[in-house]
Amino acid sequence: MALPSDLTELTLAQARDAVRSKQVSSRELTAAFLKRMEAARVLNSYVLETPDAALKMADAADKRIASGEARALEGLPLGIKDLYATKGVRTTACSKILENFVPPYESTVTQNLWNAGAVMLGKLNMDEFAMGSSTETSCWGPTVSPWRAKDSTAKIVPGGSSGGSAAAIAAHLCLAATGTDTGGSIRQPCAVSGIAGIKPTYGRCSRWGIVAYASSLDQAGPMGRDVRDCAILLKEMASVDAKDSTSVDLPVPDYEAAVDKGVKGLRIGIPKEYRVDGAPPEIDALWSKGAEWLKSQGAEIVEVSLPHTKYALATYYIIAPAEASSNLARYDGVRYGRRAEGIHDIAELYEKSRAEGFGKEVQRRILIGTYVLSSGYYDAYYLRAQKVRTLIARDFARAFEKCDVLLVPATPGPAFPFGQNEDDPVAMYLNDVFTVTVNLAGLPGMTVPAGLSANGLPLGLQFIGKAFDEETVFRAGRALEVAANFTAKPTEWWKE
Amino acid sequence: MSNAAAKSKYIQGSTGPWEIVIGLEVHAQVLSKAKLFSAAATQFGADPNSQVSFVDAAMPGMLPVINRFCVEQAVKTGLGLKAKINLFSIFDRKNYFYPDLPQGYQISQFKHPIVGEGVVLIDLPDGGTAKVGIERLHLEQDAGKSIHDQHPDFSFVDLNRSGVALMEIVSKPDMRSSDEAIAYVKKLRAILRYLSTCDGNMEEGSLRADVNVSVRKPGGPLGTRCEIKNVNSIRFIGQAIDYEARRQVDIIEAGGSIDQETRLFDSKNVETRSMRSKEEAHDYRYFPDPDLLPLEFEQAFVDKIAASLPELPDEKRERLVALGLPVYDATVLVGEKEIADYFEAMLAAGAEPKAAANWLNNEYLGRLNKAGIDIAAGPVPAASNAAIVCLVADGTINGKTAKDVLDIVWAEGGDPKRIVDARGLKQVTDTSAIETAVDAVIAANPDKVAAAKAKPQMIGWFVGQVMKATGGKANPTAVNALLKARLGITE
Repeated sequence: MALPSDLTELTLAQARDAVRSKQVSSRELTAAFLKRMEAARVLNSYVLETPDAALKMADAADKRIASGEARALEGLPLGIKDLYATKGVRTTACSKILENFVPPYESTVTQNLWNAGAVMLGKLNMDEFAMGSSTETSCWGPTVSPWRAKDSTAKIVPGGSSGGSAAAIAAHLCLAATGTDTGGSIRQPCAVSGIAGIKPTYGRCSRWGIVAYASSLDQAGPMGRDVRDCAILLKEMASVDAKDSTSVDLPVPDYEAAVDKGVKGLRIGIPKEYRVDGAPPEIDALWSKGAEWLKSQGAEIVEVSLPHTKYALATYYIIAPAEASSNLARYDGVRYGRRAEGIHDIAELYEKSRAEGFGKEVQRRILIGTYVLSSGYYDAYYLRAQKVRTLIARDFARAFEKCDVLLVPATPGPAFPFGQNEDDPVAMYLNDVFTVTVNLAGLPGMTVPAGLSANGLPLGLQFIGKAFDEETVFRAGRALEVAANFTAKPTEWWKE
Repeated sequence: MSNAAAKSKYIQGSTGPWEIVIGLEVHAQVLSKAKLFSAAATQFGADPNSQVSFVDAAMPGMLPVINRFCVEQAVKTGLGLKAKINLFSIFDRKNYFYPDLPQGYQISQFKHPIVGEGVVLIDLPDGGTAKVGIERLHLEQDAGKSIHDQHPDFSFVDLNRSGVALMEIVSKPDMRSSDEAIAYVKKLRAILRYLSTCDGNMEEGSLRADVNVSVRKPGGPLGTRCEIKNVNSIRFIGQAIDYEARRQVDIIEAGGSIDQETRLFDSKNVETRSMRSKEEAHDYRYFPDPDLLPLEFEQAFVDKIAASLPELPDEKRERLVALGLPVYDATVLVGEKEIADYFEAMLAAGAEPKAAANWLNNEYLGRLNKAGIDIAAGPVPAASNAAIVCLVADGTINGKTAKDVLDIVWAEGGDPKRIVDARGLKQVTDTSAIETAVDAVIAANPDKVAAAKAKPQMIGWFVGQVMKATGGKANPTAVNALLKARLGITE
């Protein structure tokens, strides 16, 4: 393959092959990304750049390549969402309460990546504690999407919570990145940023060392420019982990090998409940087009029903805040992180440290979560939500008796301008309407770029698979990717 | 029991008798090298914050992983309490803020504990027994320790204890007096120590009790209870109950009512004091911990533990009674694991059970008590005491010499048999030697001989003289027989 003059145009798969065949060194590749990152700081996708460490890792990778010991991701520069603890490297979850936190440990997933030879470029921006759909709640300021609507210079959001990762991938500021997905935090930013991303089955990746938001929903996953890159990355991220009781001991298949298997003979389920009132017609149109593309490649389209879908968003916004209210209790100013000044007693220490340390959205979710778990309300909210969650999971199990994978929209619309949903949390929460069901059921879900909105912004479609059947999801994703032939790129306005 | 009223469990108020109703929540630290959800060590007395893992300190992104051994210990304890073992249980989060609670929640078991209902047979001071029901046993994490006396402006936190496994053992409200509560804790502690699932060390906080006390008119409806938190000695448990019951009776009889509240016990002033009222009680917002899967195991896992269960106090007592020991002696011997072990070691060394029990209870334990020494730290090994008992049994020494030999072993150590040989302490059974001594005493005391013929009890004086003359070594039975013959005493 002839190398492009700008190395940052390479996909992860292309870069891997080029580095392995010594067409390019990891150092050259890494330096190219570091340079591009510097020129794109206006996007605020990285909250911490680690160029020295990156070059050191790149040199070590080059040595291994030279001695013929290249591993799966040898020398490939990645961005890491700031929710992953990285040993000796500031990890804040983009919250003031952890603004100076430097963990003395490395998350299992990132350790897996480094063990595969990957290079870390820096830590990526996100909504505070992964709570948000726009990356506007970060204590380090919002990330700006590299995309702009047609004939507009207005800043738009990259989605969230993994918005820094999405923007960095779309703007070629890394080959690929890690994300986390609790209610759509990988899939929604990918969909609105024109890239691919998968939330694997709950338990596929270890949660150890990833700052917890909602433990029963959180799952790490890869974000990349295309389906293949995600498959390559997930293979290395996934593992059973003795340190995470909820990780699952199943062999990790060669996902990349599944990517090109096509959809011939696959039964693609179309759940009618994902047609929501008020969604723009272009979403529905894209969805139908997606089904057509797959059908024309030999897939069978099957109508299925997921009757409890309409309760999913409400269920999610009870369970996630409930767990969050407990998970975030440890940020109390006692042992690490931010401690308020001038306090006189322990109650004041808690109140002030937490009031100063947590942003508005995080506080809102802690309050909601505390409320729904309170005695007298527990049964009406938390317990009922858990029951609905079971019903939602059963819906999927029944649907999968009739089909192999589901095709649904990814988001109710394209990315929105800065501040649009600032004063209307419910409108913001509606962004997750197509994604939260997957987390509630613990299933794998992947979004793939599928087209542009009327105003020229990316739109994606989503596949939902059976538990631990990421392979079929990758197959279907790749088939759709090929048919959609999404080649649009953001104009590099930030370079001006 | 000469005076039934004085021994009654009821306490007297101005309006008549009152019955105390007591239930206990005992927190027993699981005997385990590692914590419940982390590999950090659990040794008592280590430097502050030297046994703290990232999990125990609740660092961001850390996850608990259940320690299988602690589960085994809980199951073992459940079996020891004759309780139902639940093959399915759930860990919940109990949420509250406290500086020594790093996670902001304690991982505990709320709705689905690992162990269900069981029973403990308690041994009462009057020799009787009573049953105390066990409501449940669940596993939970201990908190750290706040230290307030090191600095004028700051409090310090030691997280060594944070995450250590506890078993909370909840009794039914089956106890009716401080004596019964004390007997319950003693028995529970004995069972835990027999099982090696908790060292039962109350001074080090390995065993602490929350005591629930209410009073009612005998046979009447239950009264409002108060919970006295964290009482850490058996004596204090008794004092706290007696004080609290009297306090409640006084309030009710003065026309007041009892507020349901949490109280603490002040051991200095021997009183309970209000800690927080029901209104101030925390809303713990329990919910299943999403970081942990439900705890599930097979019946085979339980059966394997059951098969390895050691003999427990009640069974041991039964066995000892079958060996011919009086119930009282057997109860004393099995009450403390160390004493029971010591006794068993004496039997293993060849001592006859009844004689060994008498010797241990009457001679050795008495001396230990007087010296204030625990049996484990005592100076005389079980084999030596067994040897002394055997020397008496085979007639080598008499009872008096046996005590002397114990004194020598206590002070100097050494093998009793060799001591007896070396110091010539063997009792004289040679009849001619005893005859000589008897004849000499009779010849020297004609007046006493005349008196003895009239009053046979006088033989005791003669025995004493003969023993004196033989240096205490004469066989008392032989002396008695000879004297009777010589003095013409027939009965």
